[in-house]
Amino acid sequence: METVLEILRGLHPEIDFESCDSLVDDKIIDSFDIVSIISDLNDEFDITIPAEEIVPENFNSAKAIYAMVERLMEE
Amino acid sequence: MQKNVMEYLEHTVKRLPDKVAYANEDTQITFQQVYDRSRAIATLLSNDGFYKEPIVVFMEKHPNEIVAFYGVIYAGNYYVPVDEEMPRYRLELIFKSLQPRAVICDENTQRLLKGLPFDGKVYRYDEMLATAVDEEVLDRIRDKQIDIDPIYIVFTSGSTGVPKGVVACHRSVIDYIDNLSEVLRVDENTIFGNQTPFYVDACLKELYPTLKFGATAYIIPKSYFMFPMKLVEFLNKYEINTICWVVSALTMISAFGALDKEVPKFLHTIAFGSELFPIKQFNIWRTHLPDARFINLYGPTEATGMSCYYEVNREFGPDELIPIGRPFSNTEIILLDENNQVPKPGEEGEICIRGTSLTLGYYNNFEKTAEVFVQNPLNKSYPELIYRTGDIGKYNEYGELVFVSRKDNQIKHMGHRIELGEIEMAASGMDGMKSACCIFDDIKKKIVLYYVADAPASELAAYLKSKLPRYMVPNVIEALERMPLTPNGKIDRVYLKSKYMTEKTGKPQVDSR
Repeated sequence: METVLEILRGLHPEIDFESCDSLVDDKIIDSFDIVSIISDLNDEFDITIPAEEIVPENFNSAKAIYAMVERLMEE
Repeated sequence: MQKNVMEYLEHTVKRLPDKVAYANEDTQITFQQVYDRSRAIATLLSNDGFYKEPIVVFMEKHPNEIVAFYGVIYAGNYYVPVDEEMPRYRLELIFKSLQPRAVICDENTQRLLKGLPFDGKVYRYDEMLATAVDEEVLDRIRDKQIDIDPIYIVFTSGSTGVPKGVVACHRSVIDYIDNLSEVLRVDENTIFGNQTPFYVDACLKELYPTLKFGATAYIIPKSYFMFPMKLVEFLNKYEINTICWVVSALTMISAFGALDKEVPKFLHTIAFGSELFPIKQFNIWRTHLPDARFINLYGPTEATGMSCYYEVNREFGPDELIPIGRPFSNTEIILLDENNQVPKPGEEGEICIRGTSLTLGYYNNFEKTAEVFVQNPLNKSYPELIYRTGDIGKYNEYGELVFVSRKDNQIKHMGHRIELGEIEMAASGMDGMKSACCIFDDIKKKIVLYYVADAPASELAAYLKSKLPRYMVPNVIEALERMPLTPNGKIDRVYLKSKYMTEKTGKPQVDSR
């Protein structure tokens, strides 16, 4: 989870990612961020995030991102 | 002879008044509505005394914005699209350069005008529609109009830090649209899915052919370009058959394997441009849509939209480049070497464009215009302009034009044209900045900024975020003790680039994005 937070903070140091759960809805992260985040997550966790996981619900909060990562690590 | 772009609409509205011209997920506007509403807007602008001047259109990306554009044209003015995506600083520079007397807004953008150097007339789009159309006034405007009158100004990155406003007229747009439509084989059954912003000339591809042929253009919500499955679903939901997207939007879908899950099955024409298409990604598209036409488009804003096209007609290996191809009908490409001569076949030269497709030049900047819109050096007999693109190209063994490199420090990143100099100038504006140099890692597609100052990289990152459009903010910012210089005393970019490319891993860097 800390790794996920670091990746997010690297893009937007001013945001409190621990508490925010509307990252996509409030346009806090944009398409550049998504590509960057996915790339970093794939590298850091040695996973490949498939297209059907790239949906707003999975990126609206750090928690949701981490839940997705855990799910993919298990597979 | 057609002298006005709106004649496209006038012919179509007679045939297909109730067909949907432009739409998004919530709104649909028919050709009749486009016609009536734009003429109402034009009547108001004209009655208020606006004629032959730039009118800023500052609205959310929406079918209504397109109607506003046409309203400005009908009134004999030229539209200047700006967007809330543009950072404050850029908007200020544009307003200062233009000194417009009027802006058309919607209810969302109106409040964003506060604080901008503008004290002219503010129009609300929805209120303008109440104006009764005055046919006589509009006829008189049309009577006096000639085809070299401007219709829009689009701003592009400027290496000295100030964006340049490219002014285009009816004639070059008509030339472009007629020829582009032929290549894309646009007809009444074409259903476009627009991706490109309205503040660049790339959107001409959907706007005007829709008018000419009575086609339909859907405006895809920007957020969908983050979510590949949603994008494909949208394409299928609206049965979109023709797209003209920047490469990075296409690779978003292919790179995440979306095409394995769902194919946009109505797509038969896929045009792309503004960046090199990685062959691996291109082949993924081609495998899933074997019957579709794939067309590479190339051209600078200064030559109105695109200038060259290449329809993919053979296999490409992983190291090959998809060619730029050949110019559109009625445009000529001339390659010039360092001696302003045509190079031998197969040798490199600067890509120069000759033809009616050339725009009028830069707004309020005769100096910069004269630097790139120059007398054709091969013509010693009479005045003839060419536009020097700054791109280097050569012809391959099939006689197709291939892009080799830039002459200078302009790059393409995330589908946008960027002068690295503009980023450097922005950085130089920060207090205490001693030196700044930007390089581009074209393998990992990262903009890297080296700088000399006491401030930490995070401070510079925050500063640049407030000054530059998102896509221009460097991905990596690194402080140096001093800037390496060449024997001539210039910043040694070549050294910095090779230093970065070899040292990428293991060096403490701030990823500022």
